[in-house]
Order: sequence, then structure tokens, then C-alpha cells
Amino acid sequence: MSPSVDTAVTPEEIELIREKALFVREETVRLISIAKVGHYASAFSCAEIFAALYYSVLNLKRGEPNWPDRDRFLMGKGHAAVGYFPLLADWGFFPKELLDGYTRVGNPLGDHPDMKNVPGADFSSGSLGHNLSVGLGMALAGRVLGKDYNTYVLLGDGEQQEGQVWEAAISAAHHKANRLIAIVDRNGYSLDGAVDDVMGIEPLAEKWRTFGWETHEVDGHDIPALLGLLKRVANDSERQTPVCIIAHTVKGKGIGFMEKEIGWHLGWLADEDEKAVMAELRANR
Amino acid sequence: MSTTKTQLQPESWSYTDTLDKAPSFAIISQTLADLADEGHPVVVGTADLKYSNGLFRFEERHPDKFFQFGISEQNMISAAAGMASTGLKPHVATFASFMALLACEQIRTDIAYTMMPVRLIGTHTGIAFGFYGTSHHATEDLAIMRSIADLNVVAPADGPQFAAALRAVVDLEEPIYFRIGRGRDPEVYGSNATFELGKAIVHEAGTDITLIATGSMVYPTLEAAKALRAEGLSVGVIDMHTIKPLDAEAILRAAANTKLIMTVEEHNVLGGLGGAVAEVLSENGTPVPLHRHGIKDTFVIVGPPTHLYAHYGLDIDGIAAEAKSFIAKFTK
Repeated sequence: MSPSVDTAVTPEEIELIREKALFVREETVRLISIAKVGHYASAFSCAEIFAALYYSVLNLKRGEPNWPDRDRFLMGKGHAAVGYFPLLADWGFFPKELLDGYTRVGNPLGDHPDMKNVPGADFSSGSLGHNLSVGLGMALAGRVLGKDYNTYVLLGDGEQQEGQVWEAAISAAHHKANRLIAIVDRNGYSLDGAVDDVMGIEPLAEKWRTFGWETHEVDGHDIPALLGLLKRVANDSERQTPVCIIAHTVKGKGIGFMEKEIGWHLGWLADEDEKAVMAELRANR
Repeated sequence: MSTTKTQLQPESWSYTDTLDKAPSFAIISQTLADLADEGHPVVVGTADLKYSNGLFRFEERHPDKFFQFGISEQNMISAAAGMASTGLKPHVATFASFMALLACEQIRTDIAYTMMPVRLIGTHTGIAFGFYGTSHHATEDLAIMRSIADLNVVAPADGPQFAAALRAVVDLEEPIYFRIGRGRDPEVYGSNATFELGKAIVHEAGTDITLIATGSMVYPTLEAAKALRAEGLSVGVIDMHTIKPLDAEAILRAAANTKLIMTVEEHNVLGGLGGAVAEVLSENGTPVPLHRHGIKDTFVIVGPPTHLYAHYGLDIDGIAAEAKSFIAKFTK
């Protein structure tokens, strides 16, 4: 780790990220109220991860989504895009008004990120398992081009069942892709139920370590711990391996009934429930 | 036991040299390495097949721009997409059956939809693999790749034409699927090879029949045409190296001056060159009868490649015979 890089976490940063994570959740509810169906719980589980990356970790330039030296962020679990579109707008990559037409005909914002039509989306996704390979390609390209950027790929825990994830895992370790950082949103649920009932993936950390990745586990809602880890990983220039961060999270985090009931992977809130949810988000802040 | 020089075994289509498995593809690596020397952002990827496709020669000249992905074709295709997103021009190769079928969804979603300028190189197409069997035959790739929007599909007739194509499209910011044989096919063009994307090469016009061939079938089709001409027939030949975008003008021009059209492809007759030509002819109200010659919607048996080409009528004699029976059917 370079001694000149400040990896300390300040109270102001923690407050900012708490505020932005609330912004992610509120915008998720607002946008899904336009679409009338969406992935609330999948976006809620990674709200702190989104906020930490976009407001303290990623090296980005406001209003310049195609800046060649930027850090890359890929949404392997593309179905949580509803929670990150508002961040891209907040960075000035596209006009905020576009959010108001989320999923409507002619609007570029759909259920999954689309790099062709959404400025700031570093790649498209939707089919699980692809994006870690895409991120590997970006990391290898950075080496060819002599660029100094990190590539982050947010993966779902259900996505760990895809074979291509492990092709990429073998390949990235082989190529010593030390600027590639995978973050697994370990929220425990996929469409048919608990991930470990549907198709068990444990021992997950051991798998990644065995595949040659520097592997960390963290509470994905504990902002000081999460941010501290992300900053240390982002600035470690000694490392020779890719990194996997398993973020233990709660699906539907922030809303009591979504945390308790499965089925909120994909859903829609009636108007009165939406008002209650917004109030609960504020109260739980 | 060793042999001192590279020899082709006609029965197996294998070379006595254990590494250099595609000598006629040397020009491909040479062209890619030259393009990299000239400053084009070319990088190359392979999936444990650098000796089969000859790309080890690129690695020798540009080791820092060569990426070995091992036996993980889907990973290689998606990684190529990520590389292309940064401005590089990845050229990635594997057997056509694995490229177009195993990694089909990665090609559709990560390369074509996103319009990444990746060159997908499917080698050992059609039935060139002979007795390796159905897993290694590629008789569906043209149909599959052709149905993917925004993806160009090109089947060069020989190594030099492929090299000319790679150079011609080096600045094109679009994805391309290239379908090439096994590096054993006789050369059609040699050092005179030229290439323009979407522009068919008309070898000769003919009034009795026009043969439209693609890829590895161009050579035997040209030879079959000579045999037919020796029997007094007027035979045209078109090299339809670009399956998409298809040169509809060349097809309609031929249709206006010829009695019959026969397509020749080392591919299922469904959905490939024959299907594409049929679409053009029928949608333009052309009355010229069409015969699609190729693999007739069946899985291919195993056998030495040369024997298989004869078995399916895709060698010189077979193509000539197929054309004659087609002519006979429409001649009173």
C-alpha cells in the first residue's frame, strides 16, 4: 500500500454515504412506482456498496462518463440497476429528468444497465455470469494501454452458480489481474428462495481463496468497515492477485417486511404501502 | 521417431509437424502482427488452440498483446468485449463449433448488442474436422450468427483473402464473425487477394446457371464450373464471402441474366448462404429457380475430411454433379 494514500474513514464520509444509501433506496422506490414492478430487495441489499463506491472509492470525473482513465464499475447483478441509475444521474452523466421516465417507451433506462444508451454504464448486463469476464478484459486492457484504473464487478450470490464466473476466476488469477475487484452481494436469496437451498455455494470465501483471489468478508451495511476495506483494497499497489470481497447483506435491507418475507426479489408496492415504506426508510436511516 | 519436414497426411488432414497445424494461416498471424506494428490497437486471444489456428506466430512477435484464455471460450468472448470497450481491437479465435454455439449468447449480448469491435474467428468450420465428429463440426454457425443483429458475418475462401479482410476492416468499429477452414484448403486468390466488406466477387457471369459459393466451397465450385463449361454450359461463379451484409445487388444482377442459381456452402442448407440468397430472390419476385447445396439438414457422419466432402457432394465432382441434376430438372 502506498503510504501517501489516505485510507482513513472520516465521520463526514460515513455520514455522506449513509445519506447516499438512503438516496439509493428512496429513488429505487420512486422509480419502481413508475415501472409498477422492480427489484426493490436486490437494490436495497447493495445500497451501501453503491454509495461507498460512487462517493468515496471510484475515481470518476463529473459529467465525463467516458473519461478513459476512470475506474470501471460493472453490474454483474444487473437487476439492481434501478438503484444505481440515480447515482449516474447524480454524477452528471445524464440529465436527472431521464429518471422520471424510467422504463417508459423511448427512455434508455430499463431493468438492466445498457452501455449503448445509458451514459456512465461501463458495460451492459442482464445475463448473469458474464460481467466478471468483461471486467477481466477491462483489467487486462488497462495493462496493454498503460492505464491506471481499477475495475469493480458487483456479483450476486445466486450468480455464483454460473459456470462462467469460475472460468473468469481461474483466468483472472492466472493473469494476475490485480486491478480487478469482485464484490459479492451475499444477500442470501434468489428467485426460488434461499440461495443455499436452491443451489448451495458455501464455503464461498474458501472457494475464492482456493481460486487464488485475495478474499475478504465484511458486513455490507457496516459503512465504516465496508468503506475502510474498499479503500485499502483500492490503493494496495503491492498485491499480485485479484480481490474478492464477500459483502454479507440483508435482502430488502431497510424495510422490515421485505427483510422477513421472501418474494420481494421482484415486486411492486401499492400506493399506501409505498408511503409507509418511504417513512420507514427515513426512520431507519 | 520424428519426421524432418512438414507433410500433410491426406487421409487425416493432419501434419507430421506436431505444432504447426495451419501453415496456410501463417499469413493471418503475420497480418495481425504487422497491423500491431503499424500502431493499430490489435490484441489476440486464444482458447488453448494457438497451434491449431497458428496464432502462436502472433504471440512470438507481440507477447504483451497476446492473451491465453485456456479452455474457457465464454470467458474469452466476454473478456474480449471488455477489452474492446477500452478502444482495443481484440481478435479472438477458437473452433467454429465452440465459438458460434457454446459462446453464442456471449457473442449476442456482450459483443453484438454492445457493438464492440471484436473479430470473432471461428476456425475448422463445416465438416473439415472429419472423424472428430458432431461436437467439432460446425454446420449451423452461419445461420446462428446471421440472425444476430449488428453482427457482420464473413467467410473468406482462403488465408490470403482472410488476411486482406482483416486489413480492410481494421478501423471498422463493428463486430465481425469470421468463418474459416482448417488451413488445408487450396488457395483461390494467393497474393492477389482483395476484400471489400459486403461486396461479392463475381468470377464469371453465366447464362445457364450461376453458382454462388462461400468460404471453403469457393475453390471446388470454381473447379466444378470449369468442368461444366467443358461440357458446353455457360456457368457463372460468385464468391459470396460476406454473408452479412449480403450483396443483394450481385445476386439480382446474376438472376437477371441466368436461368438457374445454385448456392454451395459447407453448412446446413437451412439458414446460411442458401437461406440468405433465397430471401433476396423471393422478396424481389425473381422467377429464377434456386437450389441450395450443402449439408441437407442432417448431422454429419465421421470419416476422413476428403472422404466426407465426396460423401456429401461438396468436392469438385459432387458440386458439378449436383449442378447437372438441378439443370436437368428444369430442362425439358
